[in-house]
Amino acid sequence: MSLDRGTEAVQVSGALLRPRRTFWQSTVSFVTTKPLGAFGAAVAVGLILIAIFAPLIATHDPYRTSIEAVHASPGADNWLGADQLGRDVFSRIVYGARISLYVGIVSSFLGSTIGLIIGVASVHFGGKTDLLVQRVIDAMMAFPILILAIAIMSVLGASVNNVIIALSIVYIPSTARVVRSQALAIKEMDYVLAARAVGAGNWRIMLRHMVPNTFALYLVVVTFHLGGAIIAEASLSFLGVGSPIDTPSWGGMLSAASRQYVNLAPWLAVFPGVAIAIVVFSWNVLGDALRDILDPRMRGTQ
Amino acid sequence: MQAYIAKRVLLFVPTILLVTILVFVIMRIVPGDPALMLLTEGEDSGDVSDQALERLREKLGTDKPIYTQYVLWIGNMLRGDFGMSFFYEGDAVIDDILERLPTTLELTFLALFLASLIAVPLGVLSAMKQDSVSDYTARSITLIGIALPNFWVAVMTIYFLVLLFQWAPPLAYERLWDDPWTNVQQLFFPAIALALSNMAFVARITRSAMLEVLREDYIRTARSKGLAERVIVYRHALRNALLPVVTLTAYELGRAISGTVIIETIFLVPGIGRLLITSIQNRDFPVIQGIVVIIAVLVLLINLVMDLLYAWLNPRIRYS
Repeated sequence: MSLDRGTEAVQVSGALLRPRRTFWQSTVSFVTTKPLGAFGAAVAVGLILIAIFAPLIATHDPYRTSIEAVHASPGADNWLGADQLGRDVFSRIVYGARISLYVGIVSSFLGSTIGLIIGVASVHFGGKTDLLVQRVIDAMMAFPILILAIAIMSVLGASVNNVIIALSIVYIPSTARVVRSQALAIKEMDYVLAARAVGAGNWRIMLRHMVPNTFALYLVVVTFHLGGAIIAEASLSFLGVGSPIDTPSWGGMLSAASRQYVNLAPWLAVFPGVAIAIVVFSWNVLGDALRDILDPRMRGTQ
Repeated sequence: MQAYIAKRVLLFVPTILLVTILVFVIMRIVPGDPALMLLTEGEDSGDVSDQALERLREKLGTDKPIYTQYVLWIGNMLRGDFGMSFFYEGDAVIDDILERLPTTLELTFLALFLASLIAVPLGVLSAMKQDSVSDYTARSITLIGIALPNFWVAVMTIYFLVLLFQWAPPLAYERLWDDPWTNVQQLFFPAIALALSNMAFVARITRSAMLEVLREDYIRTARSKGLAERVIVYRHALRNALLPVVTLTAYELGRAISGTVIIETIFLVPGIGRLLITSIQNRDFPVIQGIVVIIAVLVLLINLVMDLLYAWLNPRIRYS
């Protein structure tokens, strides 16, 4: 009887604290409290749509060269001009969204997920395992992200999938480190103790208790890594060790064009850079907003 | 303090060893025989004489078991022998790197210095006028600064320099000790381009460090004493806020060195960043390997020094 009343009270107070909101209500409150984050989310959704519908949006074939259009200025036919081979810059930027997003999404998810597993497992097993894993992470973090990615790419060779492999590896240690610090606190929680007391195994404790409770953090980390991965992919392609040269990738477009032809055709350098900046800015402000909403403890940190 | 130093230094040694193991593993993850790859230039043209292959394997040391290779490699490195360049016959890797390292370090420090020069006042202003228009403007500038890829900033810098001043990256850089004045002039613009991305970060941490300090009791005491706002900001707040700013900026060095790879390539600066990229084009693995090891060790060393410095300046963290 008394137990029943207890649960009822908890349910009532729970309902008062967090009233159930419909999807639209939460959306409206997100937009009003976090306008910058909402802007970021809108650009992110827009980017995904552009990537999916690239063939419909692009005005030209991004690979087709044309002698008449070499270095054409922005105008009616080539909206953002054409490059040194007469390829349409607008269409290449639209298709470039595919490469950027594909590399960004896959590598940030892969890297962050492996990092999450390593971080949680390291804390769960603790002791010597934790010490060893942390030293390996220390060692990995000694490499500046881009340098590590360049070293891996130098061995693997330039291709889009190799960029994904390199960037996934690069994002493992920082995720593992951040997740670990949160998992350390979770490990001491009573519900983990309770789970252990009722005889839950290693996998059950990690997957049902620790991973779900680090999930908010994980989501924030993925968002930030996505923005970082887009810049990193562009940097690698720019340096000629990322996506193959004729692939319409934002970094690659800047690389060939900018250095030799920037005085002749500045639009070749301007537009891909603007595309990268808008997208990365949006992912970052979206990440900031998500962090504020999902994890108040991280507020004001970076 | 002694115990803390001992602990940090003891942790440092295994980390360096792990770094070398990681580099060793990364450089050998390619399936197949590096000697065969070098001879066929990565293409599948099968006609390579066994003798040539055997000779190259011996030269590269890949005929020995993998752990022997690692021990030999690290033993040689400890004696300062990083091997010979594949591409430039007869060039020792260590000489190539040491010749270019000072330029890269100079560029990095110059950039961080320029970045702090602008970012610290910007961060202070932002914190003093929290949530005002100037705060939002400063924060937006820093967010945009983080989002702008530094290679794009560099390309645009060159474009405008050419347009406005007819300035182009020099074909030959003077070394600092040969002609200091020309050298600093030559590195100034690359450093500015590199500084822009670091500036955003430094401004951000200055702001949050200042905000934290401004809430402290001693600031309230200073205010209630009736001290001038200028004195409070510069003598009481900024001095205390600068400690985390300086150390975090030092940790940022790794990213700044990453940035030099790009900046050096664009501005044609003869540093190790540009050497790294040309070595990749030449498939010159010993040089790549050497540069990566040296950068990682440098980053670890700076982190160690900063950790110790921080503990010395701020006794509270020694015990945690």
